[in-house]
Amino acid sequence: MRYLTLLKAVHPTTPPPPGLMEAIMKLGADATAAGALLDTAGLAPSATGARVSLAGGELSVTDGPFAEAKETISYAVYEVRSKEEAVEWASRFLKLHRDLWDGWEGDVEVLKVFGPEDFPA
Amino acid sequence: MTDPRRAVEAVWRIESARIVAGLARLVGDLGLAEELAQDTLVIALEQWPSAGVPDHPGSWLMATAKHRAVDALRRRTRYQEKLAEIGRATPEHVEPDLAAEVDDYVGDDLLRLVFTTCHPALPTESRVALTLRLLGGLTVAEIARAYLASEAAVGQRITRAKRTLAEKRIPIELPPPAEAAQRLASVLEVVYLIFNEGYAATAGDDWTRPSLCQEALRLGRVLATLAPHEPEVHGLVALMELQASRLPARTDSAGHPVLLQDQDRSRWDRLLVRRGLAALARADGTFGPYTLQASIAACHARAPRAEDTDWDRIATLYEVLSHVSPSPVVDLNRAVAVSHAHGPEPALAIVDALDLPNYPLLPAVRGDLLARLGRSAEAGKEFRRAAAMTRNAGERALFEGRAAALG
Repeated sequence: MRYLTLLKAVHPTTPPPPGLMEAIMKLGADATAAGALLDTAGLAPSATGARVSLAGGELSVTDGPFAEAKETISYAVYEVRSKEEAVEWASRFLKLHRDLWDGWEGDVEVLKVFGPEDFPA
Repeated sequence: MTDPRRAVEAVWRIESARIVAGLARLVGDLGLAEELAQDTLVIALEQWPSAGVPDHPGSWLMATAKHRAVDALRRRTRYQEKLAEIGRATPEHVEPDLAAEVDDYVGDDLLRLVFTTCHPALPTESRVALTLRLLGGLTVAEIARAYLASEAAVGQRITRAKRTLAEKRIPIELPPPAEAAQRLASVLEVVYLIFNEGYAATAGDDWTRPSLCQEALRLGRVLATLAPHEPEVHGLVALMELQASRLPARTDSAGHPVLLQDQDRSRWDRLLVRRGLAALARADGTFGPYTLQASIAACHARAPRAEDTDWDRIATLYEVLSHVSPSPVVDLNRAVAVSHAHGPEPALAIVDALDLPNYPLLPAVRGDLLARLGRSAEAGKEFRRAAAMTRNAGERALFEGRAAALG
C-alpha cells in the first residue's frame, strides 16, 4: 500500500547544517534500497506558488506566500506493508533533523493513497 | 497512539532480511539464523514498547542478534574460531563503528542470502517459500494464504528446504564467477514467479494474493541496489513495474479480464510507468530475456492509445527474443505483433507452423486472425476450441463471447 508523506515546517531562515543534507540523501538511498521509497522531491517556498480557491461559487487566484506559518517543504511516496512502516520512515527522517539541526521543529503528515486494496470486489 | 507492538513489527519488516542475512553469514546455517532472528524479535517486542524504539533500530537488532549468535555458537564446537571473527561479545559495547562494520557487510550478506534461498538444489516452490519467508519476512500463515495452501504444507516445505541445504552442505556464499550467471537467473526466476502468482490473482481474492506483486517488486528493487551492474536485474524490475502499472485497468467493474488493447489507459499507474522506463534505461543496450520483455512492455506503455502502438518495434523485439529465449509462446506473441504491423496473413503463416498443444491462446489467436480475414466459420470454431481448453473462467467467457459474436 502506498503512503504520501508531506514534510511541513516553518521555512528556515538559515541554511541547513551540511551534515543534515548528506544524512537525508543517505536515508533516501536506504529507503530506495529497501524497495520502499518510490518518489520524492523538494517543494519551493509558497512565495513562488499560488493558491486557486473556490468559495461562495466564486473562483479566485492568490499568489504566494500563503498565510499559514508552516510550509510544505517536500513530499515522499512510499510503498509499504503497513501504516506503521511509513511512520517509521518518517520518524527516521525527523530523527535526523533532531540530531543534526538543533531547535528545528516540523511535522510529517503520513497519508494513505487510495489503492485497489481499499475497494474489495 | 500507535500500538507499540505494531511499531516494533514495522521496524522488523524493514530490518529482518538483513538481520537474517548477517546471522546466516555468522553461523553458516539458515535454520539457526532464522531461530536467532526470531529470538531477537522477541527481545525487541519485550523491551521497545516500554523503552521506546531505539534511535538506530537496525544496529540495535544486529548487535542483539550477534549476541544471541555468540551464545548459540558457545554451545557448538567452533566457538573459539567464531568468537575471534565476531569480536565483541556483549551488546553493551556497541560502538558507532560497529554500525559501520555492519553496513559494510550488509550488501553482500543480503546477496548471499538470496542466492542461497534461490539455490537450484531446491525445488521451485521451496525456493519461493524460503525466499518469501527469509527475505520477504512473510509469516508462514501469510505465505499459505497467498498461495492458497495449508500452513502445515508451507511450514513443512520450508523446513525441508533448510534441511536440504544443510544436508547438501550448500555454503551460504556468493556463487563462484563460473556459476554466477546461472545462479542469478535462478534468483530472477523466483522473483518473477512470485510476481506472476500475484498478477494471476483475480478480483475477490484475499488481498494477500495480489500483494505478492508488490512483494516481488520490492525484492526486485532491493536486488537492483545490491547488483546494480547486472542489466537483467534492471530488466526484470522494469518488466514488473510496467506490468504492475496496468493492474488497475486489467479487470472491468464486473471483475472480467480486459485485453490490453481495450484497457482504459487513463487507469494505468503513471508513477510505475515512469519507474519502469527508468529501470529499463539502466539495462539499455542489452538483450537479455527480461530486458527484451520489458522493452516490449515499454512499447505499450508509451502508446497513449492502442492504435498508437509501435507494433513494428514489438515484432522486431519478439524476433530478437525468439533467438535469445526461443519458445513457441514467444513465436505466438511475435505472430500477434506481426498481425498488427503487417496484417493477419503473414501472422497466420507463423501460427500455423507452431507446435503448442493444450495452450488456449493458440486457437484464440488463430481465431482472431481468421476473423480479421473474414473466415468467420473457422474463426468461431477456433474460439470454441480455446474456450474448451482454458481452465480460467474469465478467459473462457471472453472466448465464448467472441465465438458467439461470429455467429
